[in-house]
Amino acid sequence: METELDFAAVQAIIANNAGKIEALIDSYVDKKEQLISLLQDIQSEFNYIPQDVIIRISQKLEIPLSQIFSVATFFKAFSLKPRGRHVITVCLGTACHVRGGQRLVDKMARTYQLKPGETSPDERFTLETANCLGCCALGPVVVVDGKYESQVTPDKLDKILKKYD
Amino acid sequence: MVEQLKKSQDKRLTTVRELGQLRQSIISNRDTSRVTVSVCGGTGCRAMGAEDVVDAFSEEIEKKELPVKIEFKETGCHGFCERGPVVVIGPRKIFYQKVKPQDVPEIIDETVLKGKIVRRLLYTDPATNQEITYESDVPFYKKQTRLILGANGEIDPSDIEQYIVAGGYTALSKVLTGMSSEQVISEITRSGLRGRGGGGFPTGRKWQSCRVAKNDIKYVLCNADEGDPGAYQDRSILEGNPHSVIEGMIIGAYAIGSNQGYIYVRNEYPLAVEHARTAIAQAEEYGLLGDDILGSGFSFHVTINKGGGAFVCGESSALIASLEGKLGEPKAKYVHMSEKGLWDRPSLLNNVKTWANVPLIINKGADWYTKIGTAGSKGTMVFSLVGKINNTGLVEVPMGITLREMIFGIGGGIPNGKKFKAVQTGGPSGGCIPESLLDTPVDFDELTKLGSMMGSGGMIIMDEDNCMVDVARYFIEFLKGESCGKCTPCREGLAKLSEILDRITRGKGNPEDITTMRDLAEVLDIGALCALGRTAANPVLSTLRYFKDEYTAHIIDKKCPAHVCRELITYSIDTEKCTGCGVCARVCPTKAVTGEKKQPHVINTGLCIECGACFDGCKFGAVVRS
Repeated sequence: METELDFAAVQAIIANNAGKIEALIDSYVDKKEQLISLLQDIQSEFNYIPQDVIIRISQKLEIPLSQIFSVATFFKAFSLKPRGRHVITVCLGTACHVRGGQRLVDKMARTYQLKPGETSPDERFTLETANCLGCCALGPVVVVDGKYESQVTPDKLDKILKKYD
Repeated sequence: MVEQLKKSQDKRLTTVRELGQLRQSIISNRDTSRVTVSVCGGTGCRAMGAEDVVDAFSEEIEKKELPVKIEFKETGCHGFCERGPVVVIGPRKIFYQKVKPQDVPEIIDETVLKGKIVRRLLYTDPATNQEITYESDVPFYKKQTRLILGANGEIDPSDIEQYIVAGGYTALSKVLTGMSSEQVISEITRSGLRGRGGGGFPTGRKWQSCRVAKNDIKYVLCNADEGDPGAYQDRSILEGNPHSVIEGMIIGAYAIGSNQGYIYVRNEYPLAVEHARTAIAQAEEYGLLGDDILGSGFSFHVTINKGGGAFVCGESSALIASLEGKLGEPKAKYVHMSEKGLWDRPSLLNNVKTWANVPLIINKGADWYTKIGTAGSKGTMVFSLVGKINNTGLVEVPMGITLREMIFGIGGGIPNGKKFKAVQTGGPSGGCIPESLLDTPVDFDELTKLGSMMGSGGMIIMDEDNCMVDVARYFIEFLKGESCGKCTPCREGLAKLSEILDRITRGKGNPEDITTMRDLAEVLDIGALCALGRTAANPVLSTLRYFKDEYTAHIIDKKCPAHVCRELITYSIDTEKCTGCGVCARVCPTKAVTGEKKQPHVINTGLCIECGACFDGCKFGAVVRS
């Protein structure tokens, strides 16, 4: 878990939300099996799953740390690193692939030095890829912070991303 | 009656009769002269701006004091995603496509108030160049049998009463008032319904084995972890008509004796999750779900679980592991899940489409259902036609229709005058079917014979510009990433296959690679733990079977005939055709294109990364790929 993150800042965020985190974990005491759902809740709160929170879950729910860590790393939806202010998801489903989706990933590497799963040093963007977002008529599709952009070309991608800083 | 019910805080229906009365009263209180305006609110149309169109309608309707009564609704996906946002004006179902917010005042003034057609919003059939006014005349819809998808365009999925008016929960009423669990299962068995998730297992038989399994607690599960890239029909059904799935699940639960159900839905489908949640809450409020359903004494609860974004979780044992909060790893199936499934209890898992078929079969009867489809595959199937096709969208057809009819009749053929090359069916583990086999009727068994499969109904159309070796590489790369890594044949076999295909597409393949790939395919088939691994070599095998010449071209001639594989192509500029407009130089990411304005440009091959941006950008066809 190598991150370039400002630990002090993260600790502060967690400290400020300690009550919320405790309450969230407490609400799962009787339903330990819904670990994935708990991790989803944590992630939607913090945009990622902080290490300290994993430890706290382990202590409170008496789930081995290894198990939580394995679940959190197995599923693509979870991130153990802080993500950028804007999350860019490039769809690489088959329909987007045949229409040139990969070129958008190449473009991100070229122009923004971002590979899938990476966050830019200024924390502006996180690049993710999806296997299919299910709007194949619009391919190649890119989603930025939940907003769907259709028939995106490398050129158009630049224009779209300018709107986010 | 409706007023009474509406006024009362408690909307709970306590008998089947009350449900019938509610339906009747809503229908009789309706203003028959009303005009209906349905805006498609599926994910596809939303991405094209449907929400702004909805807002524009709401504003406009509020602003103007309209002399006619309008029933305005945002419905589920209409299926014709290529033409979104789609607006349909009833009762005559005038079909408007690519509607923008600024078109809304005109639609209200002209069509809603005066009954006149706004011609520029009509769909023009590219085949005949004719403008088409009514939805039912659009060739895309005309040739379909929309049993499952039909209601999507009619009802607002966030309003249970609209589902009830459309005949919703009548199948449940029928079951609760006069059918034993045996009778329900017998009806499903006789209908010949087969699992729509891809396996095609007879649904009735699955239900029966779950019913006879001895345990006090049983579970009913809905697989909405639609991971196949290029397939989105489950999303569309759950978004557009969630109650049909829930009603199917309640009937299934009644048949096997279960009181708890789960819908396992992909994390990537936020709207489907939202609509399913609303539907469950409303069904509970109306006494159609929860304790003592319609006063029958039968109780059934449904919970939604969001997946964590792993393709393998569509596999039954991995899905169950994930529901239990564990890693989504498949298990060897020594014991069938109808005996030991979720938390080691009997579990009935069906796909979204299978569940949505259930109310239909109960309502209309198995005899009616068996008249649709082929000898071995009954009913309709929902396909997603995507890729290089004119009419991208969701298509529901009777089993047995030919691939040609589907691609050219409904799909409108290939765009830009390109030539059809292959259709890929069955998701990543499916296969590619060539032009020569397009007259094959589509059903579970026929597709398997061709070395492909039905899967969950994705159909990705490819044209002459798609390289089949690259397609095989893409799928193997996909599966390699999604392999859970538990069993060695899948983990290592796919890594090796991916490495070989990558090499071939870079012009570094050798003739023995073909033999090695076939060997690996055999190992996967025999040795892998779950269906993901066992079928994982299909993309390689089917492309080798039908497109061997493309492999030969890559391996022997070091050429990519479709000009896709970057390391095997070069770009140059035809100085005769080049007008010096400078577009290529502007779009080039590596500044490899240079030239004076209005003078022919040149590409510096040393700098060129073969991204194709100049090729796509040139309006004069001056960039040449070779």
